[in-house]
Amino acid sequence: MTATVRTVLTRDEIARSLRRMAHQIVERNHGADRLVLLGIPTRGVPLAQRLAALVGDVEDVAVPVGSLDVALYRDDYARRGPRPLRPTRLPVALDGRVVVLVDDVLFTGRTVRAAMDAAVDNGRPASIQLAVLVDRGHRELPVRADFVGKNLPTARHEDVRVRLEETDGQDAVLLGADQEARA
Amino acid sequence: MTREHLLGIDDLTADEVTTILDTAAGLADVAARPIKKVPVLRGRTVCNLFYEDSTRTRISFELAAKRLSADVLNFSARGSSVSKGESLKDTALTLEAMGVDAIVIRHSMSGAPRQLTRWVGAKVVNAGDGAHQHPTQALLDLYTIRAHLGRIEGLRVAVCGDIEHSRVARSLVQALTLLGAEVTLVGPPTLLPLHAATWGVTVSHDLDAVLPKLDVLYLLRVQSERMHRQHFPSAREYARIWGVDRDRMARLPEGAIVLHPGPMNRGVEVSADVADAHARVITDQVRNGIAVRMAVLYLLLGGEEAA
Repeated sequence: MTATVRTVLTRDEIARSLRRMAHQIVERNHGADRLVLLGIPTRGVPLAQRLAALVGDVEDVAVPVGSLDVALYRDDYARRGPRPLRPTRLPVALDGRVVVLVDDVLFTGRTVRAAMDAAVDNGRPASIQLAVLVDRGHRELPVRADFVGKNLPTARHEDVRVRLEETDGQDAVLLGADQEARA
Repeated sequence: MTREHLLGIDDLTADEVTTILDTAAGLADVAARPIKKVPVLRGRTVCNLFYEDSTRTRISFELAAKRLSADVLNFSARGSSVSKGESLKDTALTLEAMGVDAIVIRHSMSGAPRQLTRWVGAKVVNAGDGAHQHPTQALLDLYTIRAHLGRIEGLRVAVCGDIEHSRVARSLVQALTLLGAEVTLVGPPTLLPLHAATWGVTVSHDLDAVLPKLDVLYLLRVQSERMHRQHFPSAREYARIWGVDRDRMARLPEGAIVLHPGPMNRGVEVSADVADAHARVITDQVRNGIAVRMAVLYLLLGGEEAA
């Protein structure tokens, strides 16, 4: 079966989206003073690093960036079983900070729910915000992103794949039917 | 890990052992956080069923389960229905009826954990059975070695002492050889198993000859109850021939580490000054034991609804 896979964001479009998001993060927070960016593994981590570098360029400061694993906070452990644990690296204490969670795709909202619980178990942030490269809809929880690279209307069965240089050797966002784009 | 239970190291593949160690590394961070607890086992019940006293192992499992938010029942033979003569089977069925999801069992009879799996639907974790297996001790020792030396494969490890009666030694040697370490068993002939050659290890009766070639020296506890059976003449003689003091420590290569499963008999298998000098590795083992047991529970207890 040759289901169609189409590119919905190219490398340049991803770069432009991230630049815009970096400006929005700075604007919303009146600077970058208390920011810390935490990527949700796997692809949220390199995205958070890129956003931190871009925010740093805008404000001429070093923005702390790390990763936040959510495997121990997921609500599907009983159904799907244990997932591999990935590193949680907190570059600074989260107390009083503006934590920006970064992920590649926002879908049901369950991962973000888990990430918020993981964040507050590691301290008491002043606030938590959410940045995603793609919002594909189909929320199952009352979760909304603060910064979105691209709103992408999808059918539930469609497969959205974000590919990044750091993890996949190329930058692209692909939309395909089911398994096809997953290869 | 697709296992139903953790009964012994001999059931595991090298990949499964590595998965447990990697998972433990991820879980070790939980102990360093302000909130030393994650919600993943919320609503699960773990029972510690201990037919032999072992405060360390029990509280290590108890803390591991609690850090994962499981509810914990401690059921020890002493002062329970077991002391009134209840059989293991009846106790197991009672726990099953109470809705226990995992049973951590310590028993003086080899094979008791495997027998338990035939009676209950709960996951079974062996916390030491007779002279047979003590898999979580071996896993935490491997974790500690890997944390200090960065790998297991190719390391030269000597296990010294009462190998014959030690479940710790049996599990440890299997785990080390599974991951590619070169193992030498050292001790008096009366305390080495007759069939040691089939374990894929080297056997030596000369500790001093082995020391200069080691990355890891693992000292087993001399179990005082064995002494009455005359496997060796006296504690003093054991200390002179097999005990590790400052002189023997000096013969170890730079960077080699000494491990002991605890509790230590100071002045027997290890001298007091060596014990003090190595207190840090010992406390690491205690901390690592919690992380490894968390990993085992995390890997065993998920995904039941899909099964």
